[in-house]
Amino acid sequence: MSPELEQGLYVFVLATFVGLEVIRRVSPLLHTPLMSLTNAISAIAVVGSILVAGEQRTSLSTVLGTIAVACSMVNIVGGYLITYRMLRMFRKSGKEKP
Amino acid sequence: MIERAIPFLYLAAAGSFVLALKWLSAVSTARRGVIVGIAGMALAVGGTLLRPEIVSYRWIGAAFVAGTVIGVPMALMPMTAVPQRTALSHAFGALAAALVGTAEFYLRAPRIDRVTMGALVLEVLLGFLTFTASLMAFGKLQEILPTRPITWRFQNIVNLSLLGLAAGSGVYLVVRPDSVWLFPAFVSLSLLFGVLLIVPIGGADMPTVISLLNSYAGLSAAAMGFVLDNKLLIVAGALDGSSGFILSVIMCRAMNRSFTNVLFGAFGKVRDEDRPAGELRPVRSATAEEAAGILQAAGLVIVVPGYGMAVAQAQHKVRELYDVLTKAGVEVKFAIHPVAGRMPGHMNVLLAEANIPYDRLMEMEEVNSEFPQADVALVLGANDVTNPAARHDRTSPIFGMPILEVDKARTVMVVKRSMNPGFAGIENELYYLDRTLMVFGDAKAVVGSIVRELSGGGGR
Repeated sequence: MSPELEQGLYVFVLATFVGLEVIRRVSPLLHTPLMSLTNAISAIAVVGSILVAGEQRTSLSTVLGTIAVACSMVNIVGGYLITYRMLRMFRKSGKEKP
Repeated sequence: MIERAIPFLYLAAAGSFVLALKWLSAVSTARRGVIVGIAGMALAVGGTLLRPEIVSYRWIGAAFVAGTVIGVPMALMPMTAVPQRTALSHAFGALAAALVGTAEFYLRAPRIDRVTMGALVLEVLLGFLTFTASLMAFGKLQEILPTRPITWRFQNIVNLSLLGLAAGSGVYLVVRPDSVWLFPAFVSLSLLFGVLLIVPIGGADMPTVISLLNSYAGLSAAAMGFVLDNKLLIVAGALDGSSGFILSVIMCRAMNRSFTNVLFGAFGKVRDEDRPAGELRPVRSATAEEAAGILQAAGLVIVVPGYGMAVAQAQHKVRELYDVLTKAGVEVKFAIHPVAGRMPGHMNVLLAEANIPYDRLMEMEEVNSEFPQADVALVLGANDVTNPAARHDRTSPIFGMPILEVDKARTVMVVKRSMNPGFAGIENELYYLDRTLMVFGDAKAVVGSIVRELSGGGGR
Protein backbone atom coordinates (compact mmCIF):
# COMPACT_ATOMS: atom_id res chain seq x y z
CA MET A 1 0.00 0.00 0.00
CA SER A 2 1.38 3.39 -0.95
CA PRO A 3 1.65 5.93 1.88
CA GLU A 4 -0.83 8.24 0.09
CA LEU A 5 -3.45 5.51 -0.09
CA GLU A 6 -2.83 4.50 3.50
CA GLN A 7 -3.23 8.06 4.78
CA GLY A 8 -6.26 8.58 2.58
CA LEU A 9 -7.98 5.49 3.95
CA TYR A 10 -7.25 6.53 7.54
CA VAL A 11 -8.75 9.93 6.86
CA PHE A 12 -11.77 8.38 5.15
CA VAL A 13 -12.51 5.91 7.94
CA LEU A 14 -12.08 8.46 10.71
CA ALA A 15 -14.14 11.10 8.90
CA THR A 16 -16.91 8.53 8.35
CA PHE A 17 -17.03 7.76 12.07
CA VAL A 18 -17.08 11.47 12.94
CA GLY A 19 -19.87 11.92 10.41
CA LEU A 20 -21.92 9.04 11.79
CA GLU A 21 -21.58 10.30 15.36
CA VAL A 22 -22.33 13.94 14.53
CA ILE A 23 -25.23 13.25 12.22
CA ARG A 24 -26.90 10.72 14.52
CA ARG A 25 -27.48 13.62 16.89
CA VAL A 26 -29.28 15.80 14.36
CA SER A 27 -32.94 16.17 15.34
CA PRO A 28 -35.41 14.63 12.84
CA LEU A 29 -37.00 18.08 12.81
CA LEU A 30 -34.01 19.26 10.77
CA HIS A 31 -33.56 16.34 8.40
CA THR A 32 -34.48 18.34 5.31
CA PRO A 33 -32.03 21.19 6.09
CA LEU A 34 -29.44 18.51 6.93
CA MET A 35 -29.80 17.06 3.48
CA SER A 36 -29.54 20.41 1.73
CA LEU A 37 -26.49 21.33 3.83
CA THR A 38 -24.66 18.06 3.13
CA ASN A 39 -25.57 18.60 -0.49
CA ALA A 40 -23.82 21.96 -0.42
CA ILE A 41 -20.83 20.41 1.38
CA SER A 42 -20.50 17.63 -1.20
CA ALA A 43 -20.12 20.39 -3.77
CA ILE A 44 -16.53 20.29 -2.50
CA ALA A 45 -16.05 18.54 -5.85
CA VAL A 46 -15.53 22.16 -6.92
CA VAL A 47 -11.89 21.79 -5.85
CA GLY A 48 -11.18 19.12 -8.44
CA SER A 49 -13.36 20.89 -10.99
CA ILE A 50 -11.47 24.20 -10.65
CA LEU A 51 -8.15 22.44 -11.12
CA VAL A 52 -9.28 20.60 -14.25
CA ALA A 53 -10.88 23.74 -15.70
CA GLY A 54 -7.99 26.03 -14.81
CA GLU A 55 -5.03 23.86 -15.86
CA GLN A 56 -6.29 23.93 -19.48
CA ARG A 57 -4.29 20.90 -20.53
CA THR A 58 -6.61 19.69 -23.30
CA SER A 59 -9.77 21.25 -24.68
CA LEU A 60 -11.79 18.20 -23.56
CA SER A 61 -10.61 18.52 -19.97
CA THR A 62 -11.23 22.29 -19.98
CA VAL A 63 -14.80 21.83 -21.22
CA LEU A 64 -15.60 19.03 -18.77
CA GLY A 65 -13.97 20.97 -15.95
CA THR A 66 -15.90 24.12 -16.73
CA ILE A 67 -19.23 22.26 -16.72
CA ALA A 68 -18.22 20.62 -13.44
CA VAL A 69 -17.37 23.99 -11.86
CA ALA A 70 -20.77 25.35 -12.92
CA CYS A 71 -22.59 22.28 -11.51
CA SER A 72 -20.72 22.54 -8.20
CA MET A 73 -21.41 26.25 -8.00
CA VAL A 74 -25.15 25.59 -8.43
CA ASN A 75 -25.04 23.42 -5.32
CA ILE A 76 -22.81 25.75 -3.32
CA VAL A 77 -24.97 28.82 -3.93
CA GLY A 78 -28.31 26.98 -3.98
CA GLY A 79 -27.53 24.59 -1.14
CA TYR A 80 -26.38 27.11 1.44
CA LEU A 81 -29.03 29.64 0.49
CA ILE A 82 -31.98 27.26 0.77
CA THR A 83 -30.66 25.77 4.01
CA TYR A 84 -30.47 29.23 5.53
CA ARG A 85 -33.93 30.05 4.20
CA MET A 86 -35.40 26.91 5.74
CA LEU A 87 -33.77 27.48 9.10
CA ARG A 88 -35.15 31.01 9.28
CA MET A 89 -38.63 29.49 9.18
CA PHE A 90 -38.21 27.47 12.36
CA ARG A 91 -39.42 29.43 15.37
CA LYS A 92 -40.61 28.61 18.87
CA SER A 93 -44.13 29.31 20.16
CA GLY A 94 -44.66 32.82 21.33
CA LYS A 95 -42.08 34.29 18.97
CA GLU A 96 -43.06 35.86 15.69
CA LYS A 97 -40.90 35.28 12.64
CA PRO A 98 -38.18 37.93 12.31
CA MET B 1 5.12 31.51 -1.20
CA ILE B 2 1.40 31.92 -0.73
CA GLU B 3 0.93 28.33 -1.90
CA ARG B 4 2.33 27.18 1.40
CA ALA B 5 -0.86 28.41 3.06
CA ILE B 6 -3.10 26.21 0.93
CA PRO B 7 -2.88 23.02 3.05
CA PHE B 8 -3.81 25.08 6.12
CA LEU B 9 -6.79 26.59 4.33
CA TYR B 10 -7.94 23.08 3.36
CA LEU B 11 -7.50 21.86 6.91
CA ALA B 12 -9.55 24.76 8.26
CA ALA B 13 -12.22 24.04 5.64
CA ALA B 14 -12.44 20.38 6.70
CA GLY B 15 -12.82 21.45 10.34
CA SER B 16 -15.53 23.95 9.42
CA PHE B 17 -17.59 21.27 7.69
CA VAL B 18 -17.54 19.05 10.77
CA LEU B 19 -18.54 22.00 12.95
CA ALA B 20 -21.30 22.96 10.51
CA LEU B 21 -22.89 19.52 10.83
CA LYS B 22 -22.40 19.48 14.59
CA TRP B 23 -24.17 22.81 14.99
CA LEU B 24 -26.99 21.65 12.77
CA SER B 25 -28.07 19.21 15.49
CA ALA B 26 -30.29 21.78 17.24
CA VAL B 27 -32.44 24.60 15.90
CA SER B 28 -30.81 27.15 18.21
CA THR B 29 -27.33 26.65 16.72
CA ALA B 30 -28.29 25.53 13.21
CA ARG B 31 -27.95 28.90 11.51
CA ARG B 32 -24.46 29.29 12.92
CA GLY B 33 -23.79 25.90 11.32
CA VAL B 34 -24.73 27.18 7.89
CA ILE B 35 -22.48 30.23 8.28
CA VAL B 36 -19.47 28.17 9.27
CA GLY B 37 -20.25 25.83 6.38
CA ILE B 38 -20.18 28.77 3.98
CA ALA B 39 -16.89 29.91 5.51
CA GLY B 40 -15.43 26.43 5.00
CA MET B 41 -16.47 26.39 1.36
CA ALA B 42 -15.04 29.89 0.83
CA LEU B 43 -11.69 28.71 2.27
CA ALA B 44 -11.71 25.65 0.03
CA VAL B 45 -12.54 27.60 -3.13
CA GLY B 46 -10.16 30.44 -2.24
CA GLY B 47 -7.33 28.01 -1.50
CA THR B 48 -7.87 26.19 -4.78
CA LEU B 49 -7.86 29.41 -6.80
CA LEU B 50 -4.41 30.20 -5.35
CA ARG B 51 -2.89 26.98 -6.68
CA PRO B 52 -0.05 27.52 -9.13
CA GLU B 53 -1.32 24.87 -11.58
CA ILE B 54 -4.12 27.18 -12.64
CA VAL B 55 -3.10 29.06 -15.77
CA SER B 56 -6.33 30.83 -16.62
CA TYR B 57 -9.35 32.04 -14.68
CA ARG B 58 -11.51 32.82 -17.68
CA TRP B 59 -13.54 29.61 -17.79
CA ILE B 60 -13.67 29.29 -14.04
CA GLY B 61 -15.13 32.78 -13.77
CA ALA B 62 -17.72 32.08 -16.46
CA ALA B 63 -18.71 28.84 -14.71
CA PHE B 64 -19.03 30.65 -11.37
CA VAL B 65 -21.46 33.09 -12.95
CA ALA B 66 -23.44 30.35 -14.71
CA GLY B 67 -23.67 28.28 -11.53
CA THR B 68 -24.84 31.24 -9.49
CA VAL B 69 -27.46 32.16 -12.07
CA ILE B 70 -28.94 28.63 -11.88
CA GLY B 71 -28.33 28.16 -8.16
CA VAL B 72 -30.15 31.20 -6.81
CA PRO B 73 -33.58 30.41 -8.37
CA MET B 74 -33.15 26.81 -7.18
CA ALA B 75 -32.82 28.12 -3.63
CA LEU B 76 -35.96 30.21 -3.92
CA MET B 77 -38.30 27.37 -4.90
CA PRO B 78 -41.37 26.94 -2.67
CA MET B 79 -41.03 24.52 0.22
CA THR B 80 -43.52 22.08 -1.33
CA ALA B 81 -40.98 21.60 -4.16
CA VAL B 82 -38.07 20.83 -1.84
CA PRO B 83 -37.97 17.06 -2.60
CA GLN B 84 -37.66 17.69 -6.34
CA ARG B 85 -35.11 20.41 -5.78
CA THR B 86 -33.03 18.11 -3.62
CA ALA B 87 -33.10 15.38 -6.25
CA LEU B 88 -32.00 17.88 -8.87
CA SER B 89 -29.10 19.13 -6.78
CA HIS B 90 -27.94 15.54 -6.16
CA ALA B 91 -27.85 15.25 -9.97
CA PHE B 92 -25.68 18.39 -10.29
CA GLY B 93 -23.28 17.31 -7.54
CA ALA B 94 -22.86 13.81 -8.94
CA LEU B 95 -22.38 15.09 -12.48
CA ALA B 96 -19.57 17.40 -11.35
CA ALA B 97 -17.70 14.50 -9.72
CA ALA B 98 -18.26 12.21 -12.71
CA LEU B 99 -17.05 14.81 -15.23
CA VAL B 100 -13.90 15.52 -13.26
CA GLY B 101 -13.24 11.77 -13.15
CA THR B 102 -13.75 11.51 -16.90
CA ALA B 103 -11.42 14.45 -17.57
CA GLU B 104 -8.75 12.97 -15.27
CA PHE B 105 -8.99 9.63 -17.07
CA TYR B 106 -8.36 11.11 -20.51
CA LEU B 107 -5.56 13.33 -19.15
CA ARG B 108 -3.72 10.49 -17.46
CA ALA B 109 -4.49 7.25 -19.31
CA PRO B 110 -2.68 4.99 -19.96
CA ARG B 111 -0.06 6.07 -17.40
CA ILE B 112 -2.26 5.61 -14.38
CA ASP B 113 -1.51 3.33 -11.44
CA ARG B 114 -4.03 0.76 -10.27
CA VAL B 115 -4.94 2.37 -6.98
CA THR B 116 -5.71 5.70 -8.62
CA MET B 117 -7.59 3.95 -11.39
CA GLY B 118 -9.66 2.02 -8.83
CA ALA B 119 -10.69 5.25 -7.11
CA LEU B 120 -11.37 6.88 -10.47
CA VAL B 121 -13.61 4.00 -11.58
CA LEU B 122 -15.62 4.28 -8.34
CA GLU B 123 -15.89 8.06 -8.73
CA VAL B 124 -17.15 7.79 -12.30
CA LEU B 125 -19.50 4.84 -11.66
CA LEU B 126 -21.13 6.41 -8.59
CA GLY B 127 -21.16 9.85 -10.19
CA PHE B 128 -22.88 8.91 -13.43
CA LEU B 129 -25.35 6.45 -11.91
CA THR B 130 -26.33 9.00 -9.26
CA PHE B 131 -26.69 11.63 -11.99
CA THR B 132 -29.29 9.74 -14.04
CA ALA B 133 -30.94 8.19 -10.97
CA SER B 134 -31.41 11.65 -9.45
CA LEU B 135 -32.81 13.01 -12.69
CA MET B 136 -35.29 10.12 -12.75
CA ALA B 137 -36.21 10.78 -9.11
CA PHE B 138 -36.68 14.44 -10.01
CA GLY B 139 -38.97 13.46 -12.89
CA LYS B 140 -41.08 11.27 -10.63
CA LEU B 141 -41.33 13.85 -7.86
CA GLN B 142 -42.18 16.60 -10.32
CA GLU B 143 -44.71 14.18 -11.84
CA ILE B 144 -43.24 14.50 -15.32
CA LEU B 145 -42.80 10.72 -15.11
CA PRO B 146 -45.39 8.29 -13.72
CA THR B 147 -45.05 8.10 -9.93
CA ARG B 148 -46.29 4.53 -9.62
CA PRO B 149 -43.58 1.88 -9.60
CA ILE B 150 -43.08 0.41 -13.06
CA THR B 151 -42.14 -3.24 -13.07
CA TRP B 152 -41.63 -5.93 -15.63
CA ARG B 153 -40.55 -9.55 -15.70
CA PHE B 154 -36.87 -10.26 -15.07
CA GLN B 155 -36.40 -6.61 -14.06
CA ASN B 156 -34.13 -7.43 -11.14
CA ILE B 157 -32.09 -9.89 -13.20
CA VAL B 158 -31.65 -7.32 -15.98
CA ASN B 159 -30.72 -4.56 -13.53
CA LEU B 160 -28.28 -6.69 -11.58
CA SER B 161 -26.56 -8.01 -14.68
CA LEU B 162 -26.26 -4.45 -15.97
CA LEU B 163 -24.61 -3.43 -12.70
CA GLY B 164 -22.40 -6.50 -12.97
CA LEU B 165 -21.41 -5.52 -16.49
CA ALA B 166 -20.60 -1.94 -15.39
CA ALA B 167 -18.56 -3.22 -12.44
CA GLY B 168 -16.85 -5.78 -14.67
CA SER B 169 -15.74 -3.19 -17.20
CA GLY B 170 -14.60 -1.03 -14.27
CA VAL B 171 -12.41 -3.85 -12.99
CA TYR B 172 -11.05 -4.43 -16.49
CA LEU B 173 -10.11 -0.75 -16.69
CA VAL B 174 -8.24 -1.04 -13.39
CA VAL B 175 -6.29 -4.07 -14.62
CA ARG B 176 -5.64 -2.63 -18.07
CA PRO B 177 -5.76 1.19 -17.84
CA ASP B 178 -4.63 1.41 -21.48
CA SER B 179 -8.00 0.14 -22.73
CA VAL B 180 -9.21 3.64 -23.44
CA TRP B 181 -11.83 2.28 -25.87
CA LEU B 182 -13.71 0.66 -22.98
CA PHE B 183 -14.22 3.89 -21.03
CA PRO B 184 -17.21 5.27 -23.01
CA ALA B 185 -18.97 1.89 -22.65
CA PHE B 186 -18.30 1.96 -18.92
CA VAL B 187 -19.79 5.46 -18.70
CA SER B 188 -22.89 4.45 -20.70
CA LEU B 189 -23.49 1.39 -18.53
CA SER B 190 -23.30 3.54 -15.38
CA LEU B 191 -25.75 6.07 -16.83
CA LEU B 192 -28.17 3.35 -17.93
CA PHE B 193 -28.05 1.55 -14.59
CA GLY B 194 -28.98 4.82 -12.83
CA VAL B 195 -32.12 5.13 -14.95
CA LEU B 196 -33.23 1.53 -14.48
CA LEU B 197 -32.58 1.67 -10.73
CA ILE B 198 -35.32 4.27 -10.22
CA VAL B 199 -37.93 2.94 -12.68
CA PRO B 200 -39.44 0.46 -10.18
CA ILE B 201 -39.38 2.93 -7.26
CA GLY B 202 -42.70 4.43 -6.14
CA GLY B 203 -43.42 7.78 -4.53
CA ALA B 204 -43.61 6.52 -0.94
CA ASP B 205 -40.10 5.07 -1.20
CA MET B 206 -38.61 8.37 -2.33
CA PRO B 207 -37.39 9.41 1.15
CA THR B 208 -35.12 6.35 1.28
CA VAL B 209 -33.96 6.67 -2.30
CA ILE B 210 -33.18 10.39 -2.05
CA SER B 211 -31.12 9.71 1.07
CA LEU B 212 -29.28 6.92 -0.67
CA LEU B 213 -28.47 9.15 -3.65
CA ASN B 214 -27.24 11.80 -1.23
CA SER B 215 -24.85 9.22 0.15
CA TYR B 216 -23.63 8.14 -3.31
CA ALA B 217 -22.94 11.74 -4.37
CA GLY B 218 -20.79 12.14 -1.26
CA LEU B 219 -18.91 8.90 -1.81
CA SER B 220 -18.20 9.93 -5.37
CA ALA B 221 -16.60 13.15 -4.09
CA ALA B 222 -14.58 11.11 -1.57
CA ALA B 223 -13.34 8.85 -4.38
CA MET B 224 -12.24 11.99 -6.22
CA GLY B 225 -10.22 12.82 -3.12
CA PHE B 226 -8.31 9.54 -3.56
CA VAL B 227 -7.71 10.25 -7.26
CA LEU B 228 -6.36 13.75 -6.57
CA ASP B 229 -4.78 12.77 -3.22
CA ASN B 230 -6.73 15.55 -1.52
CA LYS B 231 -7.73 14.96 2.11
CA LEU B 232 -10.30 17.77 2.17
CA LEU B 233 -12.32 16.02 -0.54
CA ILE B 234 -12.08 12.75 1.36
CA VAL B 235 -13.33 14.33 4.59
CA ALA B 236 -16.22 16.26 3.00
CA GLY B 237 -17.22 13.27 0.88
CA ALA B 238 -17.15 10.92 3.86
CA LEU B 239 -19.30 13.30 5.92
CA ASP B 240 -21.86 13.53 3.13
CA GLY B 241 -21.72 9.78 2.56
CA SER B 242 -22.36 8.97 6.21
CA SER B 243 -25.16 11.52 6.45
CA GLY B 244 -27.03 10.01 3.50
CA PHE B 245 -26.41 6.55 4.90
CA ILE B 246 -27.84 7.39 8.33
CA LEU B 247 -30.89 9.04 6.81
CA SER B 248 -31.63 6.07 4.58
CA VAL B 249 -31.26 3.66 7.50
CA ILE B 250 -33.72 5.79 9.52
CA MET B 251 -36.16 5.81 6.59
CA CYS B 252 -35.89 2.05 6.11
CA ARG B 253 -36.48 1.41 9.79
CA ALA B 254 -39.49 3.68 9.77
CA MET B 255 -40.98 1.46 7.07
CA ASN B 256 -39.73 -1.79 8.57
CA ARG B 257 -37.98 -2.66 5.32
CA SER B 258 -34.46 -3.42 4.20
CA PHE B 259 -32.35 -1.61 1.59
CA THR B 260 -32.65 -4.54 -0.79
CA ASN B 261 -36.39 -4.56 -0.36
CA VAL B 262 -36.66 -0.85 -1.19
CA LEU B 263 -34.40 -1.09 -4.23
CA PHE B 264 -35.49 -4.44 -5.61
CA GLY B 265 -38.75 -5.19 -3.82
CA ALA B 266 -41.10 -3.40 -6.24
CA PHE B 267 -43.39 -2.53 -3.37
CA GLY B 268 -46.41 -1.48 -5.40
CA LYS B 269 -46.72 -4.73 -7.29
CA VAL B 270 -47.75 -6.90 -4.39
CA ARG B 271 -50.48 -4.50 -3.56
CA ASP B 272 -52.40 -4.32 -6.80
CA GLU B 273 -53.62 -7.88 -6.51
CA ASP B 274 -55.40 -7.77 -3.16
CA ARG B 275 -57.14 -4.53 -3.78
CA PRO B 276 -60.86 -4.71 -4.52
CA ALA B 277 -62.14 -6.25 -1.27
CA GLY B 278 -63.72 -4.11 1.38
CA GLU B 279 -64.49 -0.98 -0.55
CA LEU B 280 -68.17 -1.44 0.10
CA ARG B 281 -67.84 -1.59 3.87
CA PRO B 282 -69.71 1.20 5.62
CA VAL B 283 -67.86 4.24 6.95
CA ARG B 284 -69.14 7.15 9.03
CA SER B 285 -68.77 10.44 7.28
CA ALA B 286 -69.12 13.95 8.62
CA THR B 287 -69.37 17.47 7.23
CA ALA B 288 -66.91 20.25 7.95
CA GLU B 289 -69.52 21.80 10.23
CA GLU B 290 -69.79 18.69 12.40
CA ALA B 291 -66.00 18.35 12.42
CA ALA B 292 -65.66 21.94 13.63
CA GLY B 293 -68.07 21.26 16.48
CA ILE B 294 -66.08 18.26 17.67
CA LEU B 295 -62.75 20.10 17.41
CA GLN B 296 -64.08 23.05 19.39
CA ALA B 297 -65.15 20.82 22.27
CA ALA B 298 -61.78 19.02 22.41
CA GLY B 299 -59.02 19.55 24.95
CA LEU B 300 -56.14 18.04 22.98
CA VAL B 301 -56.05 17.71 19.19
CA ILE B 302 -53.20 15.91 17.45
CA VAL B 303 -52.84 16.68 13.75
CA VAL B 304 -51.24 13.99 11.59
CA PRO B 305 -50.02 15.52 8.32
CA GLY B 306 -48.97 13.47 5.30
CA TYR B 307 -48.09 13.86 1.65
CA GLY B 308 -51.74 14.75 0.92
CA MET B 309 -51.28 17.98 2.87
CA ALA B 310 -48.28 18.88 0.72
CA VAL B 311 -50.12 18.07 -2.52
CA ALA B 312 -53.11 20.19 -1.52
CA GLN B 313 -50.74 22.99 -0.33
CA ALA B 314 -52.88 23.03 2.81
CA GLN B 315 -50.14 24.00 5.29
CA HIS B 316 -51.21 27.65 5.56
CA LYS B 317 -54.84 26.68 6.18
CA VAL B 318 -53.56 24.26 8.83
CA ARG B 319 -51.80 27.15 10.48
CA GLU B 320 -55.09 29.10 10.55
CA LEU B 321 -56.77 26.09 12.15
CA TYR B 322 -53.95 25.94 14.69
CA ASP B 323 -54.43 29.63 15.50
CA VAL B 324 -58.21 29.41 15.90
CA LEU B 325 -58.09 26.31 18.08
CA THR B 326 -55.24 27.62 20.23
CA LYS B 327 -57.16 30.83 20.77
CA ALA B 328 -60.19 28.78 21.82
CA GLY B 329 -58.05 27.07 24.47
CA VAL B 330 -57.57 23.78 22.61
CA GLU B 331 -54.10 22.31 22.75
CA VAL B 332 -52.84 21.40 19.28
CA LYS B 333 -49.87 19.16 18.53
CA PHE B 334 -48.51 17.71 15.31
CA ALA B 335 -47.43 14.10 14.95
CA ILE B 336 -44.70 13.61 12.36
CA HIS B 337 -43.93 10.14 11.06
CA PRO B 338 -40.32 9.84 9.82
CA VAL B 339 -41.41 8.87 6.28
CA ALA B 340 -44.34 11.28 5.97
CA GLY B 341 -43.94 13.14 2.69
CA ARG B 342 -41.38 12.60 -0.02
CA MET B 343 -38.10 13.25 1.77
CA PRO B 344 -36.77 13.11 5.34
CA GLY B 345 -38.18 15.99 7.38
CA HIS B 346 -40.50 17.16 4.58
CA MET B 347 -43.50 17.83 6.87
CA ASN B 348 -41.38 19.79 9.35
CA VAL B 349 -40.21 22.34 6.80
CA LEU B 350 -43.71 22.72 5.36
CA LEU B 351 -45.24 23.40 8.78
CA ALA B 352 -42.35 25.68 9.73
CA GLU B 353 -42.91 27.59 6.50
CA ALA B 354 -46.52 28.08 7.54
CA ASN B 355 -45.19 29.57 10.76
CA ILE B 356 -46.19 26.78 13.12
CA PRO B 357 -43.79 26.77 16.09
CA TYR B 358 -41.41 23.84 15.93
CA ASP B 359 -41.97 22.88 19.56
CA ARG B 360 -45.46 21.75 18.51
CA LEU B 361 -44.03 19.23 16.05
CA MET B 362 -43.51 15.87 17.71
CA GLU B 363 -41.67 12.76 16.67
CA MET B 364 -43.38 9.41 16.51
CA GLU B 365 -41.89 7.98 19.72
CA GLU B 366 -42.85 10.98 21.82
CA VAL B 367 -46.31 11.43 20.47
CA ASN B 368 -47.55 7.84 20.47
CA SER B 369 -47.95 7.89 24.24
CA GLU B 370 -50.17 10.96 23.93
CA PHE B 371 -52.79 9.60 21.55
CA PRO B 372 -54.79 7.86 24.35
CA GLN B 373 -55.23 11.27 26.01
CA ALA B 374 -56.16 13.03 22.77
CA ASP B 375 -59.77 13.91 22.10
CA VAL B 376 -59.27 14.16 18.36
CA ALA B 377 -56.61 12.82 15.99
CA LEU B 378 -56.98 14.77 12.77
CA VAL B 379 -55.42 12.86 9.87
CA LEU B 380 -54.61 15.16 6.94
CA GLY B 381 -53.48 13.32 3.85
CA ALA B 382 -51.59 10.61 5.71
CA ASN B 383 -52.55 7.01 5.09
CA ASP B 384 -50.27 4.00 5.49
CA VAL B 385 -48.46 5.48 8.49
CA THR B 386 -51.75 5.40 10.45
CA ASN B 387 -52.94 1.91 9.47
CA PRO B 388 -53.47 -0.22 12.60
CA ALA B 389 -53.05 -3.33 10.43
CA ALA B 390 -49.30 -2.76 10.75
CA ARG B 391 -49.60 -3.81 14.39
CA HIS B 392 -51.57 -7.03 14.15
CA ASP B 393 -52.29 -8.18 10.59
CA ARG B 394 -49.50 -10.53 9.60
CA THR B 395 -50.75 -10.75 6.03
CA SER B 396 -50.55 -6.99 5.49
CA PRO B 397 -47.60 -5.81 3.40
CA ILE B 398 -46.92 -3.13 5.99
CA PHE B 399 -47.00 -5.50 8.98
CA GLY B 400 -44.36 -4.50 11.51
CA MET B 401 -43.98 -0.94 10.26
CA PRO B 402 -43.96 1.51 13.17
CA ILE B 403 -47.11 3.64 12.93
CA LEU B 404 -48.69 6.66 14.58
CA GLU B 405 -51.29 5.13 16.87
CA VAL B 406 -54.11 7.49 15.96
CA ASP B 407 -56.72 4.79 16.59
CA LYS B 408 -56.13 5.24 20.33
CA ALA B 409 -57.55 8.76 20.29
CA ARG B 410 -61.16 9.25 21.39
CA THR B 411 -62.22 10.40 17.91
CA VAL B 412 -60.30 9.96 14.69
CA MET B 413 -61.07 12.41 11.94
CA VAL B 414 -59.74 11.61 8.49
CA VAL B 415 -59.70 14.24 5.76
CA LYS B 416 -59.46 12.47 2.43
CA ARG B 417 -60.52 13.05 -1.17
CA SER B 418 -62.25 9.68 -1.58
CA MET B 419 -62.09 6.12 -0.36
CA ASN B 420 -59.34 5.25 -2.84
CA PRO B 421 -56.46 3.52 -1.12
CA GLY B 422 -53.21 5.48 -0.98
CA PHE B 423 -49.97 4.89 -2.83
CA ALA B 424 -49.52 1.39 -1.50
CA GLY B 425 -53.04 0.40 -2.49
CA ILE B 426 -53.70 -1.21 0.89
CA GLU B 427 -57.01 -0.83 2.66
CA ASN B 428 -56.66 1.24 5.81
CA GLU B 429 -58.79 -0.40 8.45
CA LEU B 430 -58.65 2.79 10.46
CA TYR B 431 -61.42 4.18 8.24
CA TYR B 432 -63.90 1.50 9.33
CA LEU B 433 -63.53 1.93 13.08
CA ASP B 434 -66.55 3.14 15.06
CA ARG B 435 -64.63 6.10 16.39
CA THR B 436 -63.54 7.24 12.94
CA LEU B 437 -65.24 10.04 11.04
CA MET B 438 -64.42 10.56 7.38
CA VAL B 439 -64.50 14.14 6.11
CA PHE B 440 -64.38 13.91 2.33
CA GLY B 441 -62.79 16.63 0.24
CA ASP B 442 -59.54 18.37 -0.66
CA ALA B 443 -57.42 18.94 2.46
CA LYS B 444 -57.08 22.68 1.82
CA ALA B 445 -60.81 23.18 1.16
CA VAL B 446 -61.93 21.08 4.14
CA VAL B 447 -59.56 22.72 6.61
CA GLY B 448 -60.57 26.10 5.16
CA SER B 449 -64.26 25.49 5.84
CA ILE B 450 -63.57 24.11 9.32
CA VAL B 451 -61.67 27.33 10.08
CA ARG B 452 -64.61 29.40 8.78
CA GLU B 453 -67.03 27.47 10.99
CA LEU B 454 -64.83 27.95 14.04
CA SER B 455 -64.17 31.63 13.53
CA GLY B 456 -67.77 32.73 13.63
CA GLY B 457 -70.18 30.24 12.02
CA GLY B 458 -70.80 30.38 8.29
CA GLY B 459 -69.04 32.43 5.62
CA ARG B 460 -67.01 35.50 6.28
